[in-house]
Amino acid sequence: MAHLEVELVATDRKVWSGAASMVSAPAADGDIGILPGHAPLLAVLRPGVVRIHPREGSERTVRVGSGFLSVDTDRVTVVVDQVEDSGTVDVSAAARR
Amino acid sequence: MAGQQRVYRQRIRSTQSLKKIFRAMELIAASRIGKARDRVSAASPYARAITRAVSAVASHTDIDHPLTTERPDAKRVAVLMVTSDRGMAGAYSASVIREGERLIEQLTSEGKEVVLYVAGRRAVSYFTFRHREITGQWTGSSDSPSVETAEEIAQTLLQAFLADPADGGVGELHVVYTEFVNMVTQTPRVIRMLPLEVVEGVADDTHEALPLYDFEPSPEVVLDALLPRYISSRIYAVLLQAAASELAARQRAMHTATENAEDLIRTYTRLANQARQAEITQEISEIVSGADALASAS
Repeated sequence: MAHLEVELVATDRKVWSGAASMVSAPAADGDIGILPGHAPLLAVLRPGVVRIHPREGSERTVRVGSGFLSVDTDRVTVVVDQVEDSGTVDVSAAARR
Repeated sequence: MAGQQRVYRQRIRSTQSLKKIFRAMELIAASRIGKARDRVSAASPYARAITRAVSAVASHTDIDHPLTTERPDAKRVAVLMVTSDRGMAGAYSASVIREGERLIEQLTSEGKEVVLYVAGRRAVSYFTFRHREITGQWTGSSDSPSVETAEEIAQTLLQAFLADPADGGVGELHVVYTEFVNMVTQTPRVIRMLPLEVVEGVADDTHEALPLYDFEPSPEVVLDALLPRYISSRIYAVLLQAAASELAARQRAMHTATENAEDLIRTYTRLANQARQAEITQEISEIVSGADALASAS
């Protein structure tokens, strides 16, 4: 099954990376959801919540500051200024991958 | 003679306590440098992602943005110097300042007026001592710069760059900092950060073709959001490099200082021993000559 390679990076560190089936993010003019096979996209993000559905494990939600998102042949890079709340993000689990 | 010995002992003691300080600073620098290098590598995914995105936009559209436009009308140019807050790092700050002075001289000879921005207390005191005007300064976190500081510096400089030349706008931004090559080599470098020169595909070493992106909401808006971020990410990277270089320079300088202190202690110990021996010899010869005098008198 096709999946997305997701990287969520903040200015000073990588917050999360791994395989996911869906990513939703707050684009400048409305939330967008990214599924595998999405067309290449560069979108500006406004502050909001990024949701990542990993292939394994439960959904991760991360509250982020403004930033941007790029999609390119199933590689999703979410670049944000700051991660305000990484409560549900298990950074150590991301590091183990 | 006994006075001589005491002086040597005093010098040995003070050098020993200095040596302890040098050793401690060396160890502190050594332990922080690992962290500083980690931060450099932790910031690189962001820098890579943003550079890739900028070159994607650049290859897709004709970039026409204030930040990439040359401004020959502005006579004033900004120079940002990144130095350390504290000394005890050998020639670290001095070589950045020297490189900066060379740049300033060159820019002045081209008929430009230099506006100074400095980070690090060493450069601030250098320029205030010489009564040179500093337009912006940031101090206090040269060995562990935060994202916020980088953001603040970037905002100030972008504002200066985007302002009208009539009210203090600058036409170029040069940055003087120290590049961390490895633990033994740190080279002062001068880069021109603004106006930006966007080189297509600069992000990709593999030369794979960049896909045709859709831009949400529009290429212009995306570029507007990207470029200031690109600048602050570059400035943050510069600060991190400078911090790692500072710590490496400090570690090396303190290591040399410790060795010098050891040399001094050795020299002074020899001298003190010599003084003690001379004193004993003199006492013996005094006693012997005293006894001789008594013997010949009787």
